[in-house]
Amino acid sequence: MSILVIADHDNAALKPATLNTVTAAKEIGSDITVLVAGSGCDAVAKAAAAIDGVSKVLVADNEAYKNQLPENLAELVAEVGKDASHILAPATTSGKNFMPRVAALLGVAQISDITAVKSEDTFVRPIYAGNALATVQSSDSVKVITVRGTAFDAAAAEGGSASVETTDVVKTQEVAEFISEELTKSERPELTGAKIVISGGRGMQNGENFAMLEKVADKLGAAIGASRAAVDAGFVPNDMQVGQTGKIVAPELYIAVGISGAIQHLAGMKDSKVIVAINKDEEAPIFQVADYGLVADLFKAVPELEEKL
Amino acid sequence: MKILVAIKRVVDPYVKVRVKADNSGVDLANAKMAVNPFCEIAVEEAVRLKEKGIAEEIIVVSIGEKNCQEQIRTALALGADRGIHVEAPVDVQPLPVARMLQKIVEKEGVEMVILGKQSVDSDNNQVGQMLGALTGMPQGTFACKLEVADGKAKVTREIDGGEQTVSLKLPAIVTTDLRLNEPRYASLPNIMKAKKKTIDSLTPEELGVDVSSGLKVISVEPPPARSAGIKVESVDELISKLKTEAKVI
Repeated sequence: MSILVIADHDNAALKPATLNTVTAAKEIGSDITVLVAGSGCDAVAKAAAAIDGVSKVLVADNEAYKNQLPENLAELVAEVGKDASHILAPATTSGKNFMPRVAALLGVAQISDITAVKSEDTFVRPIYAGNALATVQSSDSVKVITVRGTAFDAAAAEGGSASVETTDVVKTQEVAEFISEELTKSERPELTGAKIVISGGRGMQNGENFAMLEKVADKLGAAIGASRAAVDAGFVPNDMQVGQTGKIVAPELYIAVGISGAIQHLAGMKDSKVIVAINKDEEAPIFQVADYGLVADLFKAVPELEEKL
Repeated sequence: MKILVAIKRVVDPYVKVRVKADNSGVDLANAKMAVNPFCEIAVEEAVRLKEKGIAEEIIVVSIGEKNCQEQIRTALALGADRGIHVEAPVDVQPLPVARMLQKIVEKEGVEMVILGKQSVDSDNNQVGQMLGALTGMPQGTFACKLEVADGKAKVTREIDGGEQTVSLKLPAIVTTDLRLNEPRYASLPNIMKAKKKTIDSLTPEELGVDVSSGLKVISVEPPPARSAGIKVESVDELISKLKTEAKVI
């Protein structure tokens, strides 16, 4: 068995989800190669070689891979990975973008968003917004898999000493072109990797009131999320959305403020270790999944919480 | 420009589904069915392109059992011009679906394919990208903004941490995210008009596509239940529980 893991990165640093994907790979087998495709991505290659459990790092350093355009990346991965037993990538927006193209180029199924490895050919994945878990078995020669990061622990980022090789396979085309990228700048931890997440829902009433959550987040070192209702109401941008149609999070502590607990929101956070709900409606469904529920007016409870932390 | 929109019949996303007792799947008997929400956004976007005079014809295709003609009718009432139904097993997998769409794309000579980014039942998020690979078309997935001009599609995409914009030479594939638009409701006159629009029927055999898949579902189980915890009376009690009992702060 030979497993190819595709690193997610921005040419400067390795994205943490790659470490969780390596853990999933280790549960399948031990011959693990990490492919770093990018441009000027030496630092990423070094970081990948240091991951515990990685035996080889393959670097494709070319302008064609700078922005992870799926049209180029998929062709590269399909060529490099055609003899692998498994090709794994994190189920980030990048992995979700190019991996199905890889599967189609290889003529095999993709197994999306796995949350557990049962054996080398059998995996568990959530369906129906996490309301059911399907165990699926693949008979394809190459298993193309995306991995839900929150379902696997991160592999140690240090301790490995993989060999680093380069590949000069260049796949480029003229039909797709990168124009620009606008990333939200934040001092706070990334939503999907944060140990603590505090989220606001429609009960926040407007975007300005999220400042209350920010103060609590500052004290706890937490990331800030929101329910789809809060996003749809225009309180906050969509990249803060936690839920089936947004980000899936599983922090140590999840604090839901003014969130009723629609199925679609629960799908995004119910694997959190400890859930706290603050809501004035004691019938709100969120209390059915909360470890600690506080029935209270959030406009009194949140400032008090901030003050007493 | 001719646009192909692929739609899927799924269980209504607001229905809480239950796993069958024999763990063979999800119980959909008598469940309310609907157009997959992301596919509805795809239809809306195509209709807007037609209203702007950019698209001339919108073909809507659905692959599945006979009853997905209901969802094709819904799309026709929203403004699509004609429908294609490919009769296939309800659980047909993404790769054969993409292969069938490829055949239809080639036959119809479409310049843009718009699809939902994923269906809310199988949550695969694959078909658009696979179709891209099979046809060699570029893709703008998870689109929140689409502009078409001069033979190109400028697509702004929702990515982790922000947005990315790409320019795609037509023909191209676009998959929709939630913020791309807000789908309209079908008006009664349009629902009546939709009844007269044609739906052609095809089979996977006619398209020359094998619907088998290398992936087999072994079992479907409910997720581990999360039991409700306790209600605390005050912020002080909450902080104390989080510190001493849960030990998370």
